[in-house]
Amino acid sequence: MSRRRHSDENDGGQSHKRRRTSEPIEIEDRLESLICRVGEKSTSSLESNLEGLAGVLEADLPNYKSKILRILCAVARLLPEKLTVYTTLVGLLNARNYNFGGEFVEAMIRQLKETLKSNLYNEAVYLVRFLCDLVNCHVIAAPSMVAMFENFVSVIQEEDVPQVRCDWYVYAVLSSLPWVGKELYEKKDVEMDRLLNQIDGYLKRRQKTHLPMLQVWTADKPHPQEEYLDCLWAQIQKLKKDRWQERHILRPYIAFDSVLCEALQHNLPPFTPPPHMDDATYPMPRVVFRMFDYTDAPEGPVMPGSHSVERFVIEENLHCIIKSHWRERKTCAAQLLSYPGKNKIPLNYHIVEVIFGELFQLPSPPNIDVMYTTLLIELCKLQPGSLPQVLAQATEMLYMRLDSMNTTCIDRLINWFSHHLSNFQFRWSWDDWADCLTQDLEKPKPKFVKEVLEKCMRLSYHQRIVDIVPPTFSALIPANPIYMYKYTEESNGTSLPGYAVAIAVSNAIKNRASNDEILTVLKDVPNPNQEVDDDGGEGFNPLKIEVFLQTLLNLAAKSFSHSFSALAKFHEVLKVLTESDEGKLHILRVVYEVWRNHPQMIAVLVDKMIRTQIVDCAAVANWIFSPDMAHDFTRLYVWEILYSTIRKMNKHVQKIQKELEDSKEKLEKLQLKRKDSGDEEDMEKNSDEEDGQLEEQIERLQEKVESAQSEQKNLFLVIFQRFIMMLTEHLVRCETGSVDFNTPWYKNCIERLQQIFLMHHVTIQQYMGTLENLLFTAENWTITSWPCTSSSVPCSMYLSLFCSPCSCECGKQSLV
Amino acid sequence: MSAQLNALFSDSYVDISQYRDQHFKGNRYEQEKLLKQSSTLYVGNLSFYTTEEQVYELFSKSGDVKRIIIGLDKVKKTACGFCFVEYYTRADAENAMRYINGTRLDDRIIRTDWDAGFKEGRQYGRGKSGGQVRDEYRQDYDPARGGYGKITQLQRAPEPRHKF
Repeated sequence: MSRRRHSDENDGGQSHKRRRTSEPIEIEDRLESLICRVGEKSTSSLESNLEGLAGVLEADLPNYKSKILRILCAVARLLPEKLTVYTTLVGLLNARNYNFGGEFVEAMIRQLKETLKSNLYNEAVYLVRFLCDLVNCHVIAAPSMVAMFENFVSVIQEEDVPQVRCDWYVYAVLSSLPWVGKELYEKKDVEMDRLLNQIDGYLKRRQKTHLPMLQVWTADKPHPQEEYLDCLWAQIQKLKKDRWQERHILRPYIAFDSVLCEALQHNLPPFTPPPHMDDATYPMPRVVFRMFDYTDAPEGPVMPGSHSVERFVIEENLHCIIKSHWRERKTCAAQLLSYPGKNKIPLNYHIVEVIFGELFQLPSPPNIDVMYTTLLIELCKLQPGSLPQVLAQATEMLYMRLDSMNTTCIDRLINWFSHHLSNFQFRWSWDDWADCLTQDLEKPKPKFVKEVLEKCMRLSYHQRIVDIVPPTFSALIPANPIYMYKYTEESNGTSLPGYAVAIAVSNAIKNRASNDEILTVLKDVPNPNQEVDDDGGEGFNPLKIEVFLQTLLNLAAKSFSHSFSALAKFHEVLKVLTESDEGKLHILRVVYEVWRNHPQMIAVLVDKMIRTQIVDCAAVANWIFSPDMAHDFTRLYVWEILYSTIRKMNKHVQKIQKELEDSKEKLEKLQLKRKDSGDEEDMEKNSDEEDGQLEEQIERLQEKVESAQSEQKNLFLVIFQRFIMMLTEHLVRCETGSVDFNTPWYKNCIERLQQIFLMHHVTIQQYMGTLENLLFTAENWTITSWPCTSSSVPCSMYLSLFCSPCSCECGKQSLV
Repeated sequence: MSAQLNALFSDSYVDISQYRDQHFKGNRYEQEKLLKQSSTLYVGNLSFYTTEEQVYELFSKSGDVKRIIIGLDKVKKTACGFCFVEYYTRADAENAMRYINGTRLDDRIIRTDWDAGFKEGRQYGRGKSGGQVRDEYRQDYDPARGGYGKITQLQRAPEPRHKF
């Protein structure tokens, strides 16, 4: 019973959909395919393929010029890893058709302006680089490129703009120099020197307080984690010293030099960088991730040094390949492994380094974590004789450096390694890591192994883990995930207060009692908090909660589904028991008591209870920071619960905000429609009603949004308040005991706090006023926020908050 | 702005497969529409011993899981090697199709596919013996899926002859 005509079906994304057979569309597809796949799967050389394609396109220009322009602009923006292939193509076309070359340059400039306006700064870099390489192909005159660079660099003189804006323009210039530095210096060395001096001055004076928060390791050995512009500057300096000799980049245009240098060049029109707008979101600063150097690849080609421009180009290209093919892991792996020039570099090492660099990127990886696990598995499948060994070597190195690794990065390593092992029968040489057995369990290495085994168990089962590790590792094996029910004879529960009622509740549930009947049974539970039950037994009664929930969870312990059903069935009872904040806190305590050996169960129950509003997010935060949870405070599962809670809160706010926006839009549309259609009497009457309903709805939603935002603000407040309390206590304790405050616990705590700020800085910024007033103006704490000179908007700068005693003697702790 | 290069940036892991549920109430078009909007995945080739907890752990890697329904043998009411995983958002389900489909759970390569949405009754195997259809006809020995396929089992252990 199809109520729709088939022609209404117009969803995109199906590349094999039957198309209308009209010619232009087929031809556009063919052109796209020809251009995108040039050189792939061909027995002839890339050069002859390009020559052939140039001929075909030249012939198609009279009829399909605009399509060809559009496709070429798109590959410039979306296929940066094949930059030089397409600049060569454009060079050949320009040599055959000067006007086309000019139109292409104009189209590119238009596209550049649009991408900058749309905050697509990463793509804009690729466009700038493409234009630069067109200088090498004799399409664009070098002096006009230098002039554009001069305009870019002049941005650093702008006042009252975010540093990240200037950063981008400097980066756009520097990152293009590997491709075009030689040519520009040959034509305009004086101007280029002046540019580089200006950049040097800027780099020396710019702020880098963000650096420690983004570094994966705090130690500088064996490889310092450099700020990205500093590293690039060092690489360009070295390139300059080498007289701009760059040998890594594949340059097909060299083969066509005789043809290309006959071509007439175009001048770039003067390009003024668009002014800073308040809603601009420039890219965040980053850190260059390095874990390998030439000593790590024992045989074969040598790894280019950390300040060589080759290293920059290789890493850029590999990142671009992942960016292009993240949806298709097999294609991505194949493309990575067929990187041109792979025979001259230890490609497997570069690939592994780039992938881990993305996985460990702070605050978040560019792609979802699990993508990297699967990508590495595909790479192992394609290179079974070499890549697994590099991966094992990398894992070993990461293990060795755990002591200085950022806690959040360790978390990602734990998740990656356990998931990876589960795909390879958990085979690992655990004995190699026997050194962790002699260390205190809170130290990073044994902690790491413990958490990995816990995650491995979640993907398999307890006995499996016992079987895969040597007996010496028994202290690190996770607990058997069984529940603890206190009201049994075996656990001496018969003498506990409430035992009798627990039995009664258990029987009632088994006899399919209703919520009301259960509540009646529970009335018999005495309240240890009160002498006299003066409010008729309706107040917070921890014993009632224990008796009911322990019994319920015991009966429903068989599986997650059973427990969820139980929570749903007795939702009413639970709501009554957790009306107060203390009730909410206590229910979480009981869940923990019952399931403390099964952290995964705790996590899913807490999730369910938030979603069914048995507890709220603030209660979860309070529970996590409570003394009851102190001994588990550094365990990964606790933080996964907190991060998940914050995420749920944020999604909730976003959802209601969207509902509000949608309703407002609807109202607007209605009002517009009415205005357009003239003023008929009966329309007016209906529309008033409609309007009224919508306005009411909007008002309600507005209230809902405000209430949700208030809850969100409160959640962050609770989290930061509790963090500060804990950290202060720790610092005071260490001071009085004359011990170093920088314990593993402390590092764990501070880095978690940092991560929450980094992850949610946009949201937190909204509430900054309140947070500053309530939290940080206490006498012991100061806060330094980013020198974000555009005061009205976050504009991609984030607060840096990590704690260290203030360097001057003022006695204040500074959250620097 | 410029072309989108659809040919190049395919998302084939997210495409719907050829499989259509024969018991679906509605026509092909309706089923396909639901498949393309769905946040529910069918997961196949599980071991009979794979638990809901293991499925949760693995599939949570692509997003918050709303619900898991373990597939059951219609007669025995025990797990028979498949399940449904429902996410809160389609995007999370798509990531599961891209990154969890074709990887291992409990040492077995599992396969995920779009599902039009769970309905009561769909948690049961549709094979004649109560399990999945594929376990009726397969001839290999798979210890994690009850050994030989049902028909092969019957062939291997013919009816005992009555002796006098």
